[in-house]
Amino acid sequence: RHQVKNKDSGPPGSGSSGPGPKVCIVGGGPAGFYTAQHLLKARDDMVVDVYERLPVPFGLVRFGVAPDHPEVKNVINTFTQTAQHERCYFYGNVNVGTDVSVEELRKAYHAVVLSYGAEANRSMRVSGEGLAGVFSARDFVGWYNGLPSNKEPHLNCETVVILGQGNVALDVARILLSPLDLLKKTDITQHALDTLAASRVRRVLIVGRRGPLQIACTIKEVREMINLPDTAADMLPADFESISEALKDLPRPRKRLTELMMKTVKTESGQHKANKSWGFRFLRSPLEVLPGPDGKRVAGIRLAVNKLEGSGEDAKAVPTGQTEDLECGMVISSIGYKSLPIDPCVPFDPRSAIVPNNMGRVKDTAGLYCSGWVKRGPTGVIATTMNDSFDTARMLLKDMDSGMLNLSVNKPGGQEITALLKERGVRAVSFPEWEKINLEEVRRGTAVGKPREKFLDVKDMLAVAWS
Amino acid sequence: MSLSAAARRLTLAGWSLPRRSCSTVSKTFSRTLPSLTRLPELNRDRCQRREITSSSVVQPLRSENKVTVNFVNRDGEKVTVKASPGESLLDVVVDQDLDFDGFGACEGTLACSTCHVIFEEEIYKQLGPISDEEMDMLDLAYGLTDTSRLGCQICLTKSLDGVTVRLPESVADIRQSDGSA
Repeated sequence: RHQVKNKDSGPPGSGSSGPGPKVCIVGGGPAGFYTAQHLLKARDDMVVDVYERLPVPFGLVRFGVAPDHPEVKNVINTFTQTAQHERCYFYGNVNVGTDVSVEELRKAYHAVVLSYGAEANRSMRVSGEGLAGVFSARDFVGWYNGLPSNKEPHLNCETVVILGQGNVALDVARILLSPLDLLKKTDITQHALDTLAASRVRRVLIVGRRGPLQIACTIKEVREMINLPDTAADMLPADFESISEALKDLPRPRKRLTELMMKTVKTESGQHKANKSWGFRFLRSPLEVLPGPDGKRVAGIRLAVNKLEGSGEDAKAVPTGQTEDLECGMVISSIGYKSLPIDPCVPFDPRSAIVPNNMGRVKDTAGLYCSGWVKRGPTGVIATTMNDSFDTARMLLKDMDSGMLNLSVNKPGGQEITALLKERGVRAVSFPEWEKINLEEVRRGTAVGKPREKFLDVKDMLAVAWS
Repeated sequence: MSLSAAARRLTLAGWSLPRRSCSTVSKTFSRTLPSLTRLPELNRDRCQRREITSSSVVQPLRSENKVTVNFVNRDGEKVTVKASPGESLLDVVVDQDLDFDGFGACEGTLACSTCHVIFEEEIYKQLGPISDEEMDMLDLAYGLTDTSRLGCQICLTKSLDGVTVRLPESVADIRQSDGSA
């Protein structure tokens, strides 16, 4: 049942011109939608416009969450309800920063919330990083999730080394080693399936700077690795030797995770080999990616051997001076996403790669707020971002109530921006137009036993949206 | 995880929950596993297995079958509702449209910890066993206590009539910084 009949009968932007507050949100992922949800609920005269660079919404829920974790994507239902709200307007295919400036948005709205996330990745900053066969996890995940881009891994080597031991690293390892007949029923892209079908990868090592007690991934993802069919866990017992004494003092989550890893070490020793294997390697940092004889492709990685100073979550990795080389045909660095500056008028801290803010209020810039990863850095799950977005929304509402945001002035909102975009030859994709893309993706997927077959090119998305 | 594990989770934990104003399009989103179209009935099966002794138990409209549940929300206010045996606590929150911001983000599929609720110790001891999968997600919940459970995994029975559950102060997962957990 659509609540939104009146709203969608006109073109995008023909929305409310009433006197209530108008807020603009930049970025149509979880942060953007959760911020919008909270704002819309709080005031029944509030209008919220969500701008998104791609024609399709939902950000990392669509492009980051692994295809074999469909239940995590259930939040899309909540976001869809928000987008279909009669006082919410979605403008896809609009690039804030190039199609329209943040300054223009600030003029047209009472407040602007930056929720555009972290689209880049931290670099390992070692030589050889540019060799063929070296990928960021961000690009690898984007590849199997259909993020429009040009990266094409080949998977014609036996060993893959992943740097980083967070949940993204484990997602990558799991997708590399999962049986095809499981993956082919998910929304993984067809070309990723084709490449994985031809994959020679049999062994994945997941490498971290510190020790087992500092590992950043969580227990659910480790369990999934252990349960992979025809795949053995290849851990080094020596990595766990000094760990058992520390166990009893650990908080329950860390204790259960550590116990699970230790149980894996015991179980696997002496078992006959499976076809594939995965394992953690600890106390290693990348020093150099080593090329093969042709000088163009990766053939191995040189790692610094570390020791730990201190203990617990704050332990530091300190190089010992020793090094170790691992042979591999592919290196995937999963050491963190990174936000980029959007517009010269928006303050940006290049060291921490976030927009400087005080609990969501952008520093020194009235009427500008931020939520999600661009506000606090690229860690945490959807629920973390939800809480964070609610905090920013609450701050914004407080500023409206106190008069810090001047609501006595009417603002034109989406009407003005749509007119500007039209002058510039930019056409937005409305939410019902996204729903056309969505239905077509689902239709194509159903034909091959998948939840959806994603469009990989923006121009294909637009062709359907505007058909 | 493997797809069969995912399917098991979905059947155990309540996949397609009724949403007040769900359009047909958003229902399409939730059909991520097209072969499992019978899930809504399977969800109720899990909770009702223990209670089915006669057919009258599966007709929730008769008032003598109702169970009173008290929720203490994050502001400390008590909300009292009547629900049916067989419903999970998440079902109750959704069906009764209780205004708990962000509760049940993953819709009962053991993929988050936002339906975390806290029981009184005596009641906690009487609850059914906790699976590894529930504990894995509960381990990440904010404000975890020794009497915490995930609301999507707790099914109401007559013996829980009058129960009071408390919502923790924040919904954030502790997976929010490098290496925490």
